[in-house]
Amino acid sequence: MLLFSRQGKLRLQKWYVPLSDKEKKKITRELVQTVLARKPKMCSFLEWRDLKIVYKRYASLYFCCAIEDQDNELITLEIIHRYVELLDKYFGSVCELDIIFNFEKAYFILDEFLLGGEVQETSKKNVLKAIEQADLLQESQNEDWGGLSEDIL
Amino acid sequence: MCVLLISGKSKEAEIKRINKELANIRSKFKGDKALDGYSKKKYVCKLLFIFLLGHDIDFGHMEAVNLLSSNRYTEKQIGYLFISVLVNSNSELIRLINNAIKNDLASRNPTFMGLALHCIANVGSREMAEAFAGEIPKILVAGDTMDSVKQSAALCLLRLYRTSPDLVPMGDWTSRVVHLLNDQHLGVVTAATSLITTLAQKNPEEFKTSVSLAVSRLSRIVTSASTDLQDYTYYFVPAPWLSVKLLRLLQCYPPPEDPAVRGRLTECLETILNKAQEPPKSKKVQHSNAKNAVLFEAISLIIHHDSEPNLLVRACNQLGQFLQHRETNLRYLALESMCTLASSEFSHEAVKTHIETVINALKTERDVSVRQRAVDLLYAMCDRSNAQQIVAEMLNYLETADYSIREEIVLKVAILAEKYAVDYTWYVDTILNLIRIAGDYVSEEVWYRVIQIVINRDDVQGYAAKTVFEALQAPACHENLVKVGGYILGEFGNLIAGDPRSSPLIQFNLLHSKFHLCSVPTRALLLSTYIKFVNLFPEIKTTIQDVLRSDSQLKNADVELQQRAVEYLRLSTIASTDILATVLEEMPPFPERESSILAKLKKKKGPGTVTDLEEIKKERSSDMNGSAEPTSVNSTPSPSADLLGLGAAPLTNSAPPPSSSGSLHPEPADTVHDADELFHKFVCKNNGVLFENQLLQIGLKSEFRQNLGRMFIFYGNKTSTQFLNFTPTVICSDDLHFLKQFLCLNLQTKPVDPTVDGGAQVQQVVNIECVSDFMEAPILNIQFRYGGTFQNLSVKLPITLNKFFQPTEMSSQDFFQRWKQLSNPKQEVQNIFKAKHPMDAEITKAKIIGFGSALLEEVDPNPANFVGAGIIHTKTTQIGCLLRLEPNLQAQMYRLTLRTSKEAVSQRLCELLSEQF
Repeated sequence: MLLFSRQGKLRLQKWYVPLSDKEKKKITRELVQTVLARKPKMCSFLEWRDLKIVYKRYASLYFCCAIEDQDNELITLEIIHRYVELLDKYFGSVCELDIIFNFEKAYFILDEFLLGGEVQETSKKNVLKAIEQADLLQESQNEDWGGLSEDIL
Repeated sequence: MCVLLISGKSKEAEIKRINKELANIRSKFKGDKALDGYSKKKYVCKLLFIFLLGHDIDFGHMEAVNLLSSNRYTEKQIGYLFISVLVNSNSELIRLINNAIKNDLASRNPTFMGLALHCIANVGSREMAEAFAGEIPKILVAGDTMDSVKQSAALCLLRLYRTSPDLVPMGDWTSRVVHLLNDQHLGVVTAATSLITTLAQKNPEEFKTSVSLAVSRLSRIVTSASTDLQDYTYYFVPAPWLSVKLLRLLQCYPPPEDPAVRGRLTECLETILNKAQEPPKSKKVQHSNAKNAVLFEAISLIIHHDSEPNLLVRACNQLGQFLQHRETNLRYLALESMCTLASSEFSHEAVKTHIETVINALKTERDVSVRQRAVDLLYAMCDRSNAQQIVAEMLNYLETADYSIREEIVLKVAILAEKYAVDYTWYVDTILNLIRIAGDYVSEEVWYRVIQIVINRDDVQGYAAKTVFEALQAPACHENLVKVGGYILGEFGNLIAGDPRSSPLIQFNLLHSKFHLCSVPTRALLLSTYIKFVNLFPEIKTTIQDVLRSDSQLKNADVELQQRAVEYLRLSTIASTDILATVLEEMPPFPERESSILAKLKKKKGPGTVTDLEEIKKERSSDMNGSAEPTSVNSTPSPSADLLGLGAAPLTNSAPPPSSSGSLHPEPADTVHDADELFHKFVCKNNGVLFENQLLQIGLKSEFRQNLGRMFIFYGNKTSTQFLNFTPTVICSDDLHFLKQFLCLNLQTKPVDPTVDGGAQVQQVVNIECVSDFMEAPILNIQFRYGGTFQNLSVKLPITLNKFFQPTEMSSQDFFQRWKQLSNPKQEVQNIFKAKHPMDAEITKAKIIGFGSALLEEVDPNPANFVGAGIIHTKTTQIGCLLRLEPNLQAQMYRLTLRTSKEAVSQRLCELLSEQF
């Protein structure tokens, strides 16, 4: 799964098959180019090598998944949507900057939702509950250290 | 830092800023003061951020691993994230990471266990599989494992199974995993279904019981009210992800045997189809997407089972509705899904009813990927009844089609036209249209194939000749058309020559008017057409000879063209009409075989889809088509082997390029190779048997003096039957430019009697003049008819440079003086080689003398060595040669050194002599 901006800047990447860094970079470049070249009204699916690409644009960000021939395109489109909903709920109307500055959160949410390339938990409540619990753990520990969140970077 | 990076004006500024930050972090990590967990976490997180911006990170792994063993959740979490994103297979680190994971898995703390499992699933390496593949199933099925941990464990195991299936042992746990399909928690069921689906694909027996469980689970979901499943309902659709996964799992198995289960499943599928007709519960696209995702997966299952005609037709109708839906995504998927429906015998006819809609899609869709699907579907729904319409529409579309898919469309049109041709004139028209519309995308396979078919079908040859002749009238025609036209007129031009509008001369002039605009391979093909015309139309022989004789042909800079022109001209001059008729006979029919185009399409599309469709269709169409089916399932060798036959066919007086000689020459190039051994024997001797097989023996006697020689060749007929049309030709090897070789070596032969009686011997004399030094030996090509069969063989004629040696006696002093004069590194060639024969000094001496040089005694200080000297005589020059051969008895090796005033001569003599010992 790849997230990239309209300018082609990669914002989040998650690979569920082992690939070398070089291959990853090549694939990313190729996919970003292909998807950005498509016009708005075009369909959200395309064939690419022996995979199918499912993508959708939300504001300035493109969400893009590569799935296998047998996989279901529409449900993948809704996987993307559910992930966006999760981000949105967590950050409160999410924007590109949220994902840039809190990239670790974006990853943690993704891990709770998808694991090994498959849906782990489709309930929005359950995913967010897991994340909130972790945040609670974090904050209870942070008290000793002062405000951590502003300090991270 | 982030703010700085984002607002950085330029790329350089960003890199500068990052390098500064990296240096800072590096110094912190290396500093004397031990970092506390918090700072470590802070810097590791910064590194991660920098990495995600697209910069390389080559340190910090150790600090991240340290974080894993922290008891603080946030530190551990960042540590794991870093490892997941940035781990490489550094064995040292993997051991440490695995250790930390092991501790967390054993911690009984569900949050820590979750992190550890996520990390395994994200990295998924073989090392991790080795360490944990045994442990995870236990966690998965343990009674006291928390639901969220079970979910992670199931998917973690799935990931490890994908990377290293051999490391995940099947066992008791599998039956307990199957029962997770009954779990209360839908999240657990979802994760377990994914795992079971993947495992069941490889071990169907082991997971057979999952079918009935999956059916009952599915049934409960599809019949539930939309609120029953609470948070697992997505935009009014109950558990769409789980439904899709269950339907997917069922596609690992055939239809359930148990009638009750089967009935229940059919009910489910009907319910899903019914729901598609209900008005939407929400206008949101998410609602319709989720609902249709389940519907499409249900249709996939229906197609997979391919056993319920009623469901198949309903599915087809549903997809038909989608074909006109305003959502592009649905139109795309409907076209895709219908493609597979078209191959089911139950729904093929139903799919065909949508032909107009699909054709319309081809014309109006604005998205190329949707149009591509429409082309695929037309291809899949094509049969004898609609082939003409579909091919016509595809041809229409081709005129405006996107460049990226043109070649594929061309292949598809060519295949359909061939497969469903009742009337082969239609086929010929279609292919010529293809070339006209999209000539650049017509690959060799396509035009090869049209020629194959025309040659194999008498009934279409006249029509094909007439049609190509007409098509060639166009002022600008594609080169592929010239190729097809050239080939077909060369074979069948006589069929239309009766019409004064396409008389032989007009045909020839028409083709020749295209000649100068064509590439070299096409021109070579046209030259072959011309020589075929010489045979077909003797009345225009002189016109053609004039063309062949023109400077632009005979002195063409391209070797192949020049060679063809010279040889064809010669052939047309010396050969009798009988010989011409034999050599230039019409091509024999090609063996029936799988279409090379189909093979190409398969290669293009990958083996999966096309093969299946083709196989199924073949079965269906074979009844209608009977034996006329032009494609049969042989393996496909390279098409060029026989298709380019024509190119080589008339090249009989040359050593044919081995790849293209197959079709005409029953005994191709091996004979040349076979004779190599014998050839080498003749380097040091002049008389003997050069070649022998069951039919023919060839003996030689030769003598050489200075730059001249004479060779007697004796052809013995070993059989009791006459050889007819016996034609030996001495020609120069294709390695060298024909004319250059001609200048190097002047050979004159007298023709022999074309009939050789059984048991008789005929003699041929070759007069030889060495004009200048040469490399390749000439080739003797012999053709004759024996019984009804045409025989063709080629042997190398042992006329080698050393034959023109004159030995020179000289003293030791002279020898060394000359040896030193020839000390330029280019003049010396040396070869060290293993002895192939026993190392006998007397035999060696005899061979050196036989080679032609003088054997000089007492020159080399080492009496074991051999020294020789001589002069090569050519008409233009004389070349002095010195040689030294040093045997090494212990190693059974020789070192041979040649020094002459000419590099090429040193090289050639060294090669020839090295083969002798």
